[in-house]
Amino acid sequence: MFAPGTVVRVKRDFPEMRGRCHIRTPHYLRGLDGVVERPLGAFPNPEDLAFGRPAAPVPLYHVRFEQPALFGEGRGGDTLLVEIFEHWLDPAPAAGAA
Amino acid sequence: MAAPPSAESIALLERFVAALKARGVVTEEEIATQIARTDRAGPEIGARMVARAWTDPAYRRLLVEDGTAAAEAMGVSMAGAPPLGVLADTDRVHHLVVCTLCSCYPRQVLGYPPHWFKSSAYRARAVRDPRGVLAEWGTALPEGVEVRVVDSTADYRWMVLPLRPAGTEGWDEARLAAIVTRDALVGVALPRAA
Repeated sequence: MFAPGTVVRVKRDFPEMRGRCHIRTPHYLRGLDGVVERPLGAFPNPEDLAFGRPAAPVPLYHVRFEQPALFGEGRGGDTLLVEIFEHWLDPAPAAGAA
Repeated sequence: MAAPPSAESIALLERFVAALKARGVVTEEEIATQIARTDRAGPEIGARMVARAWTDPAYRRLLVEDGTAAAEAMGVSMAGAPPLGVLADTDRVHHLVVCTLCSCYPRQVLGYPPHWFKSSAYRARAVRDPRGVLAEWGTALPEGVEVRVVDSTADYRWMVLPLRPAGTEGWDEARLAAIVTRDALVGVALPRAA
């Protein structure tokens, strides 16, 4: 579980390059860092649900991103809030650890 | 705006529904019930929820903490519906709702999504250039207000609780609800005291 305020990194993974899949993690966030705003409960994994497979509940988080960093445009201070499932998130490496 | 469905897509839909029925996933009656429920819903439901929140602090707390319960408190059936999340604007933060992956929309309280909400242009630009989108809607935010885009990607459906505009002091709920438009409930517009 990630507590609110935790800096997380969205996995830089592209399962759509490997075959049929159903993913609720937007492409434009893969590999980027955000901050956990709050947990939103747990929901059946849509990646299994979409194919009629047994779908275990996975924790879902509201994660906040700095908007200008996403596309290299926009106004500093603007943000984006996105629902992301836990298995797409890793703790971000500590600042300076590269 | 939207082109009428092609014969090909209607035939595909009919085959899909037949397959769902054959496997016992849904019945004709369940589909009809769901269509009737969505047909009855419209943004005036969300508007009444916002107007009540503007005048009733206890309801406002419920709305922000548990949108589903707040909708049910207004007589809306949320059975089988995804949870409703409510994004409360402040004098520092303005929310804008988009679904970049498809067209997730809180249908139980806003009805069918408008055509533009489902368009590729809105879905792409709302996350990339939210201030440009707001400007094209004629929506000007006060200086110093952060834009927070909410990309509806998973199990929640999101609705905005806008700020009550100045000039509405003493208005009753019905009069307040009348200025809360569909567009204000997803954040592309702001309610105005007309």
